[in-house]
Amino acid sequence: MSYESWGRAIPSTPAHVLPLSFPPLSLPNSDLLLPYGLGRSYGDVCLNNGHTLLDTARMDHFRRFDAETGVIECEAGTSLDAILRASVPRGWFLPVTPGTKFVTVGGCIANDVHGKNHHRAGTFGRHVRSFELLRSDGSLVRCSPTENSELFAATIGGLGLTGLIVSAEIALRKIESPMITAERIPFRTLAEFDELSRASDATHDYSVAWFDSASGRDPRGIFFRGNHDDEGSGRLVRSRSPRSLPVRLFSPFLTPLTVRLFNQAYFLANTHPHPQTIAFDPFFYPLDAVANWNAIYGSKGFLQYQFVMPGSVAEVLDRVAKSQLASFLTVIKRFGPLRSPGMMSFPREGTTVCFDFAEGSPRLRPLLDELDRVVLDGGGAVYPAKDSRMLPETFRRSFPQFESFAKFVDPRFSSTFWRRVT
Amino acid sequence: MNIAILGATSAIAQETARLFTAEGASFFLVARDAAKCAIVAADLRARGAVAVDTFIADLGDFATHIAIANAAPQSLDVVLIAHGSLPDQRAIDDNPAAQVAAFELNATSFISLATHFAPRTKTLAIIGSVAGDRGRGTNYVYGAAKAALHTYCEGLRSRGVNVVLIKPGWIDTPMTSHMRKNPLFATAPTAGRLIHDAIVANRAVVYVPWFWRWISLIVRLLPARFVRF
Repeated sequence: MSYESWGRAIPSTPAHVLPLSFPPLSLPNSDLLLPYGLGRSYGDVCLNNGHTLLDTARMDHFRRFDAETGVIECEAGTSLDAILRASVPRGWFLPVTPGTKFVTVGGCIANDVHGKNHHRAGTFGRHVRSFELLRSDGSLVRCSPTENSELFAATIGGLGLTGLIVSAEIALRKIESPMITAERIPFRTLAEFDELSRASDATHDYSVAWFDSASGRDPRGIFFRGNHDDEGSGRLVRSRSPRSLPVRLFSPFLTPLTVRLFNQAYFLANTHPHPQTIAFDPFFYPLDAVANWNAIYGSKGFLQYQFVMPGSVAEVLDRVAKSQLASFLTVIKRFGPLRSPGMMSFPREGTTVCFDFAEGSPRLRPLLDELDRVVLDGGGAVYPAKDSRMLPETFRRSFPQFESFAKFVDPRFSSTFWRRVT
Repeated sequence: MNIAILGATSAIAQETARLFTAEGASFFLVARDAAKCAIVAADLRARGAVAVDTFIADLGDFATHIAIANAAPQSLDVVLIAHGSLPDQRAIDDNPAAQVAAFELNATSFISLATHFAPRTKTLAIIGSVAGDRGRGTNYVYGAAKAALHTYCEGLRSRGVNVVLIKPGWIDTPMTSHMRKNPLFATAPTAGRLIHDAIVANRAVVYVPWFWRWISLIVRLLPARFVRF
């Protein structure tokens, strides 16, 4: 229980940790607080160095699950994994899920996470019917689109700063089987990706693409799309517990050469379209099969860079390719026009790209600062949940509404990220 | 399947109970704190428990045991006795009343409850501890109580009662929240999974996780003059 963030590039040094196993009636008022769930955000939005973390991972009781309407009410430390275990056998699925199920409901709200169905369902926050928020003044505030609606909007995407989310009510979606009909389609230019993506918006609930970041604005990639197999009657497959890598691989494992070879091999292995029916786990959570996949980056950790731009991302892809700083796993997705209720929500209509870079190169920070400028000049934004380095200026331009948000921040809540960017 | 859990708000008891919900279990929960017990009951219902009844009682108060036994279902498949508290040994070193109270809560009350329930259940599962395998200056009253349970369970088993004695090592729960964590700590969900599996497999004695069997063996074999921890 080391309370690190997933990228491990910034050390976690909380002065105190307060584990919560039942919803507290009040909060300590001796120090600055920040809720910490399962530590899957990459940078420092989940860190509160020098101050107090509220460990919510065991504050994870279900309150109510209505198998008729698919509404689940649970405490904020409940993981998406726990919800799926209870809901899938009863024919319900998460309305929106990020690429790992080892995250808490509270974290999904605080970061207003998105998934492969953003073009159809928007962000997680759109499916939150209500939640209870414990403020440091001792008040327990029920928030919904109609009740305390400003605090509701500020808390969705509010990075855990508006108080402790105690519980939430989520509307699940109906499924007929736990299986997904999935397809992989190779593409060779950005225009091809765009075309595939737009065509799939109408036909597929889920879509995302991987591409080789070494090749610039016209990358080779694989487009993944899928739907719940609603005609099928696939059998329920009990998911296995994730295995751990036995040791931290030493960092030289990921060199520009090995990454390039991996990316080429991955593309070649997937050049034939390949429709198949697979369980939801490998479709949504391929990396969850290895519990500590972040260890592959060695002891220095790694850094993710995710942004969204309303227009073309070609310039960014060119600059990353030119830098020759390898990105091991690069994904691209078009966000749809559905608006989140969250005041500080990151997703907006356009194209989002996520790179990951091993820490260690002195050229990395200058490159990312340069990318920030391209993104912001194009009217885009950088994603706080993955960030450990953006400048205050980048944050302000990504979220120009942050000053009106700041009024809703609980005076006793803060984070390493918040202190860094404000 | 009827399951009674005495000490139902304990972190590892909760995790164990959750795993039985998938198997269509009905629960009879006993705990001291009514609000927490209601939270646990709602949790098990929402996860698919067929029925959940609760009974609020202080298990350290033996006078409540008859009422608990009367309120519980007549025929049970599993009774899990999981209450207890880990006292700060240094704070009670010179306090006879506190030492006796700690022993009674962690040993005598188990014996009383086990006597009530042994004739009515297919399986009796008791939370012991590796602390019962060797006395230590930091927890010897708690350890002595858990050692008593070890011998008591051996006797019950030889009498023909189906007893599963669970000996957790360090588990990250509210009981150990004051302790510095190290890599030997297991999470409560992991402990719950192992306890659930031990009950289903009807094991006699199970260490949670398994490696504590060997740590315990080594520690037991150390000559007394080396045991200063």
